[in-house]
Amino acid sequence: MNAITRLATAVSLASLFPLAASAADDKGTIEVTHWWTSPGENAAMEVLRNQVKADGYTWKDNAVAGGGGSTAMTVLKSRVVAGNPPGAAQIKGPDIQEWAKAGYLIPDNGLDDVAKENNWDTLLYPTAAKIVQYGNHYVAVPFNIHRVNWLWINPEAFKKAGIAKPPTSLEELYDAAAKLQQAGITPIALGGQPWQDSTLFESVVLAVMGPEGYHKSFVDLDQATLTGQKMADAFAALKKLAGYMDPNRSGKDWNLTTADVINGKAGMQPMGDWAKSEWTAAKKVAGKDYLCVPFPGTAGSYTYNVDSLAMFNVKNKGTLAAQRDVAKIALGTQFQTVFNQNKGSIPVRNDIDMSQFDSCAQASAKDFAEASKDGGAQPSMAHNMATNLPVQGAVFDVVTNFINDKNADPAKAAQQLGAAIKAAQ
Amino acid sequence: MNSVVALPRATPVLDRLQRWLPKLVLAPSMVVILVGFYAYIGWTLVLSFTSSSFVPNYTFVGLAQYWRLWDNDRWWVASKNLVIFGGLFIGISLVVGVLLAVLLDQRIRREGFIRTVYLYPMALSMIVTGTAWKWLLNPGMGLDKLLRDWGWTGFTFDWLINQDRVIYCVVIAAVWQASGFIMAMFLAGLRGVDGSIIRAAQVDGASLPTIYLKIVLPSLRPVFFSAFMILAHIAIKSFDLVMAMTAGGPGYASDLPAVFMYSFTFSRGQMGMGSASAMLMLGAILAILVPYLYSELRGKRHD
Repeated sequence: MNAITRLATAVSLASLFPLAASAADDKGTIEVTHWWTSPGENAAMEVLRNQVKADGYTWKDNAVAGGGGSTAMTVLKSRVVAGNPPGAAQIKGPDIQEWAKAGYLIPDNGLDDVAKENNWDTLLYPTAAKIVQYGNHYVAVPFNIHRVNWLWINPEAFKKAGIAKPPTSLEELYDAAAKLQQAGITPIALGGQPWQDSTLFESVVLAVMGPEGYHKSFVDLDQATLTGQKMADAFAALKKLAGYMDPNRSGKDWNLTTADVINGKAGMQPMGDWAKSEWTAAKKVAGKDYLCVPFPGTAGSYTYNVDSLAMFNVKNKGTLAAQRDVAKIALGTQFQTVFNQNKGSIPVRNDIDMSQFDSCAQASAKDFAEASKDGGAQPSMAHNMATNLPVQGAVFDVVTNFINDKNADPAKAAQQLGAAIKAAQ
Repeated sequence: MNSVVALPRATPVLDRLQRWLPKLVLAPSMVVILVGFYAYIGWTLVLSFTSSSFVPNYTFVGLAQYWRLWDNDRWWVASKNLVIFGGLFIGISLVVGVLLAVLLDQRIRREGFIRTVYLYPMALSMIVTGTAWKWLLNPGMGLDKLLRDWGWTGFTFDWLINQDRVIYCVVIAAVWQASGFIMAMFLAGLRGVDGSIIRAAQVDGASLPTIYLKIVLPSLRPVFFSAFMILAHIAIKSFDLVMAMTAGGPGYASDLPAVFMYSFTFSRGQMGMGSASAMLMLGAILAILVPYLYSELRGKRHD
C-alpha cells in the first residue's frame, strides 16, 4: 500500500460524501445566514442544527462574522438583490417589517399553522410576538430577549473604593464613580464605538426621562421631546459620565472593556446582558464574583433587544418545510433553554423553567414580565429595535460626536439630535 | 512541393486568425471592464437619483439625495478630512520621497539594503499599517506611554484620541507607507538622467543643490506627474487604512468619503445617499484626471 493508493482511497471515499448530502436534499435544504459565531453562540446553534438534521433536513450554515452583523447584512442584501436569498437570515426589529414590506419574506400562510400548532400566541411574550409579525402573520422567529439597561459591577473594586452598595440613581452613580477614581480604578468601562456610546446614552435617557420620555424620543421621534430641556439634561449626564471613562477608549471593543472590569482595572460597565458571556467564560459566578443591577435610575424599566431569524420567500417546497421545522425547533423548550443560557439572554417563551438560569437571568425574566405590564418595556434604540437604520445612524452620529468632543454643549446636542433625525426620516 | 502549395491555401485562415486573435484575447477583459466598471458606475448614478434604502428601488426623487448629503454634517467632516489628508499625504510623500531618492543617489554604500528598508512598508497592506500605527500612537500603550515610562513625564502625544488632530495621525501612517514607493519611482527617474549633463554642470561650477533643483528635478516632470496621480487616487479611495486605524473615530472625526460611502450604503440602509456620495467622489477623481489626461495627450501631439 503506497502513498498513491492511499490517496486514491481517500479521494474516492471523500467523493461519497457529496452523494450522501444530496440524498438528504430530497427532504429539503435550508441555508441560514447569521452572525451567531462566538463560541457560546456556536454551541447553542449546534443544538438547533442537530435537531434540524435529525428531522431529516439539510442545514447549510452561512455564518458571516464581524461588524456586529453589518457584514452579514451586506452579504444578505447582495444575495437578495441577485435573486438568490437564503432560506432564513438573522434580521431583527423594524428591519423585519421593511423586508416584509419589500415582499422578500415568507408569505402569510407560511408559518401561521406552525404558530397555531405550537401555541405561539399564548406562549410568546406579546412584545416579542409583535416584532416578528407583519400584518398579524408570523414572518420570523424570535430567539431571545436581551436586556440592554444593565450595569455590570466588580464588587471587589467597589469594596476597594469603599462603596457600600450598587448605585440606584444617577447621583449615586456619579458618587460611586468619583470614589472609584480616587482609588485609582477606571470608574466606567465603555469602549469607544458609536453603538457603545449610544448603548449608554439610551440608558441615560431612560434614567432621565423615564419610559414615556424614552418612548416619545426614540419610538415616536417626537421633535419637541428630542430637542427639549430633558434631552439636554440627558446629554449633560452623558458628558459627566464620559469624564469617568478611560480617555484612550477610542475604538475599543466591548468585550475588552468587560475584561477590564473582570480583572479589576475598571469598576463597572453599562452594557447589555451579552456581557455576561464574558464573565461566564472567565469562570465567574453571578451574584458572587460580579453583580448585575439595572442601570441606575432605570429599575422597573427594561430596554429589550430581541434576536430573531426571518424566513425568506422561497419557491422550493422542501425549503419551505425546512423553514417550518427550524421555526418549530427554535421555539422548543430545549433550544430556548440552551441558547439563552449561552447568550446571557432570557427565553421568549413565558413557560420556561428559569431555575436552571443564573440569578441575573432570573431577575431579567422577572423584570421583563413586570415591565411589560405597565409600558416599562421599551425597544432598544442602540440595537435597532426602535427605529429604522437611517434614524438610528443619525442618533449614533450625534451621540458619538458629542461624547468625543470635550467642548460640546448639551443643549446644542439636543437640537442637533432633533435636526439629524428629521433629516434621516 | 506539397507544403509550398498548401501554404497559400492556409494563409487566409491564419490571416483572419491573426486579425481576430488580439480582439478575442482582449474581449473577456473588455467585457469585464465594460460591465464591472462602466455599467456599475451607471447603475450607481441611477441609484443616486432614487429613494433606495436598504435594497435598491427605482422611485426617482431627483436630486433629493444630493441635497441630503449637502445638509449632512458627517459628509462635510469627511470631505474636509479628504482635503487635509489628501493635501498633506501627497505633499509630504512627494517631499520625503524625493529627498530620500536624492540622498540615495549619492552612490552611498549598502544602497541596495537601505533602499529595501525604505521600500518595505509598501509590501504591507494598509490594514497592517493601520493596526500597527494604531498601537504605536495609542496614548495608553504606544509611543506616548513609552516616553513617559522612560522618564519624560511631561510628554503627551494624544492626537489619535483628539477629534481635531486624529486625521493627522492617518496622514503619518499613510506617508510612512507610501513615501518609500515614491522614493523608488524617483530613484528610477534619477538613474535615467544623463550623467553627462550633470558633469557638464559641474564643470560650469554649479553646486550640487543647484544641479538637482535646476537641472535634474525639472527633467523628472513626468515622474512627478505619475507619482501625483498614484498618490491622489490612493488618497481618494483610502478606506482600509482609516477602518483599521480609527474606524472613523473618535466619533466620526477621521471619516473619509470612502468610509462614509460604505457605511451609508451598506450598514445604514441609505443606499441612495451612499450612491450620491460615490458619484461625488467620482467627480472629484475626474476633476483631477481629466486635466491631467488632457495635458498629457496634448503634449504628445506637440512632440
